[in-house]
Amino acid sequence: MSIKGNIDSFESMGLVDGPGVRFVVFLQGCPLRCAYCHNPEMWDSTKIKQQYTPSQLVEKIKRYRVYFKDYGGVTMSGGEPLMQEKFVAEVFKLCKKEGIHTCLDTSGFGDASDELLDNTDLVILDVKEVDEKKYEDLVLQKMEKFNKFLEKCQKKRKKLWIRQVIVPNYNDNKASVLKLKEFVNKLKYVEKVELLPYHNMAEKKYKQLGIKYRLEGVRAMDKAKCKKLENELK
Amino acid sequence: MIDAWKGFKGKKWQEQIDVADFIISNYKEYKGNENFLEGISPKTKKVWSKCEDLLVKERKTGLLDVETKAISGINNFAPGYIDKENEVVVGLQTDKPLKRIVNLYGGTRTAEKALAAYGKALDPEIKKHFFMYRKTHNDGVFDAYTTEIRKARSAGLLTGLPDAYGRGRIIGDYRRVALYGVDRLIEEKRKDWELIDVSSEENIRHREEVSEQIKALGEVKEMALSYGFDISQPATNAKEAFQWLYFAYLAAVKENNGAAMSLGRTSTFLDIYIERDMKKGLLNEQQAQELVDQFIIKLRLVRHLRTPEYDEIFAGDPTWVTESVGGMADDKKSLVTKNSFRFLHSLINLNPSPEPNLTILWSEKLPSNFKKYCAKISIQTDAIQYEGDNVMREIYGNDYAIACCVSAMKVGKQMQFFGARCNLAKALLYSLNGGYDEVSGKLVVEGIEKNTEKVLTFEKVLKNYKKTLEKVAKTYVDAMNVIHYMHDKYAYEREEMALHDTDVERLMAFGVAGFSVATDSLSAIKYAKVKPIRNEDGLAVGFEVQGDFPKFGNDDDRVDQLGVDLVKFFYSCLKKHKCYRGAKHTLSLLTITSNVMYGKRTGATPDGRKAGEPFAPGANPMHERDLSGALASLNSVAKIPYRNCCQDGISNTFSIVPEALGHNQKERVENLVSILDGYFIQNAQHLNVNVLNRELLIDAMNNPWKYPNLTIRVSGYAVNFNRLSRAHQEEVIARTFHGKR
Repeated sequence: MSIKGNIDSFESMGLVDGPGVRFVVFLQGCPLRCAYCHNPEMWDSTKIKQQYTPSQLVEKIKRYRVYFKDYGGVTMSGGEPLMQEKFVAEVFKLCKKEGIHTCLDTSGFGDASDELLDNTDLVILDVKEVDEKKYEDLVLQKMEKFNKFLEKCQKKRKKLWIRQVIVPNYNDNKASVLKLKEFVNKLKYVEKVELLPYHNMAEKKYKQLGIKYRLEGVRAMDKAKCKKLENELK
Repeated sequence: MIDAWKGFKGKKWQEQIDVADFIISNYKEYKGNENFLEGISPKTKKVWSKCEDLLVKERKTGLLDVETKAISGINNFAPGYIDKENEVVVGLQTDKPLKRIVNLYGGTRTAEKALAAYGKALDPEIKKHFFMYRKTHNDGVFDAYTTEIRKARSAGLLTGLPDAYGRGRIIGDYRRVALYGVDRLIEEKRKDWELIDVSSEENIRHREEVSEQIKALGEVKEMALSYGFDISQPATNAKEAFQWLYFAYLAAVKENNGAAMSLGRTSTFLDIYIERDMKKGLLNEQQAQELVDQFIIKLRLVRHLRTPEYDEIFAGDPTWVTESVGGMADDKKSLVTKNSFRFLHSLINLNPSPEPNLTILWSEKLPSNFKKYCAKISIQTDAIQYEGDNVMREIYGNDYAIACCVSAMKVGKQMQFFGARCNLAKALLYSLNGGYDEVSGKLVVEGIEKNTEKVLTFEKVLKNYKKTLEKVAKTYVDAMNVIHYMHDKYAYEREEMALHDTDVERLMAFGVAGFSVATDSLSAIKYAKVKPIRNEDGLAVGFEVQGDFPKFGNDDDRVDQLGVDLVKFFYSCLKKHKCYRGAKHTLSLLTITSNVMYGKRTGATPDGRKAGEPFAPGANPMHERDLSGALASLNSVAKIPYRNCCQDGISNTFSIVPEALGHNQKERVENLVSILDGYFIQNAQHLNVNVLNRELLIDAMNNPWKYPNLTIRVSGYAVNFNRLSRAHQEEVIARTFHGKR
């Protein structure tokens, strides 16, 4: 019996979640409760939307091969893909057999097997916060698992793209960004660091789902200012 | 060798009229980047600024001026100039820029209506004589139309038929005038004419037509002389080549007002002359760009007089001066030259503009620098479209061009009988309603059994739908045969046909609208539960849909295959009926902007679309139903068969927000190239690309003055956004913008 993946949705044309053209799979379920999460509908893993076996999913991904060239490929995102670690590992194994580039878009909160990481070409790591206390307040979980995941990536020499969401009046300041810089500088194999401007378009979703939105009333992050902060990282 | 041809290679093209052979024997492929390009020249700047002023004035009123004292004809107007001393390419349709021509041959009523819409009237003398002595295309058509055709036409089942305006979509091989000079062309036509016997009606007509073609060529010569140029002999340099070619095109737009008056494939041809002059030291890059820019200015000024009804189906005053750029010569070498770059560069030198309708014949094998440059221009201007060279070259060879939006034809060897489109969604409703129209309640298609099911069953609906389509196809072919018989008889395109081989191949282009609505409706009936809501006459005027169903545009074979089967079936129905003059049936999925009008005239459909709501344009998935991302949407459209089915084109328009295309310019360019490569590798045929935000369009709709040059691709052509009606603007804004999550 093949393991099945619970999938929220697909984006066949992801052009910002990894190199080149990406087929992005949004997996259901997430253990974190980040204040700014824009996909709260993906938190719950009990209401299954659609299921795919690894080979069914890879068949689907292969339909987009013509767009990938040598550098594009598949990105597993979510939700938190590590919650369905075995499924993702199986999908990536099959992708590598087909010569498709694999990217794991994760918060790093979860256990990653050797099998998974050995078949992962790139890890996009969302560094929620570098300060432990702040991390806990933001995502409502302990930081331990994240640290363990990052350590394993380093040990396995995984290429990293580091990301952080910038929220007005929270971390949209130089000091905070420099802290991130200091954190990143200690890491190896980092290819890229990106700051993502917070947007408040998810507020509607929270209302529909009847979940309290912790950032109610916070305006969207100014894109130009975010870009400027990003320059501090260089 | 004659003097004008010195330095050119090849033999075949000298012995017979064969421009394709001339190009292949002489062109120089360019694989470099765009760094060689020059900015706008001082002369061009002066000419263009005068035009810009006039264009602003025209935009305010919709029409700047119209000649009411003469009617269409090659040599019926005095020469006109914009700024004589600074123009390096001369010639206008009438004596003044943007002054439109009245064409009465298509139909006098249409022309009068168009004039009246702008508070103008025809000169009473012309009116008196023309109306008294001359029968028009429109008169002829209505003498022959059957009752079935009239009913289908007024119900909105068949619309946009060229029965009261010029059919267009004929591309004269305007290059021939530059390469051979008019005298040689007349000589060749005379030889052909001698060989046509008068043993049949067909031959007598043909002989008469060729005789008319010869007269038309003489008139082109005279018209050019009025500007001080003798074009009887071949062009001797680049400047003359541009000028001769333009005169040939200009004659066509003086004589005809076809919906689409396309230019063909001229940039690489002209590059050969530029290269020869540069080698001799007669021309530098700035002068070459000046020739291109000034030629493009002339093409931007082409106008035709249209009625408000016409604007409803073809919004924004398009002329479809389509120019096909790029493409491959064979599997290894492309037809890209420096002039391919120069033509695109005009969008920078002269600001973005919808015309000429620059169309890139795309193959993944094109030089990478050129592909990147195209993507860059697309992102910057939203003014160019892409068509699949792989799938078309296989059928048409390497010297075809696009007429209008997506119609391919061999230049100078094939012509088209244009046939607008049939409303597939309405036909589906007829199959449920026993042939009665859901809006008017009138009987339009006879002999169809009414569906009385509480919940629609797929097999039953499909069987009846097929029966309806068979009947509609017969009426459609009948209508087309009548229209083109009469058009040939009363409004024959003498000059354009003179620039075709005498034994021309004819294509008859049928079309469909409402493809994704019909496809999704079938899917809803098959996979969900659809209950018709019927009025007191038993006509289904609404539908209750329970449950979900797969929708076209998500790369889901369950529904995509229904659409593929639908067009294949309709094409097979059309082919059962013979076309006038042995024309070959072709079919398009292209609505231009008539998707709004079709929607307005069509009741609610089983896919959940409400009565009056616009259809998606062309082959596009319905708005906001393609939710698996742009590539899934593209893959669905790529499944529609071009070869031997939809060979008149499959139009797809997609919009993506800039941020979703990549983080920066370099990434965006690379990603767009990957998307185009991937789409066309699958033998897809057409893609309009818009890189913009919905918010920008909403702002432009409310504050048009802020965006004077905002150009967007609509459906096979580009428009200045401000020239669309509010209803059309709203439809464009309602479309899927990929990248918004």
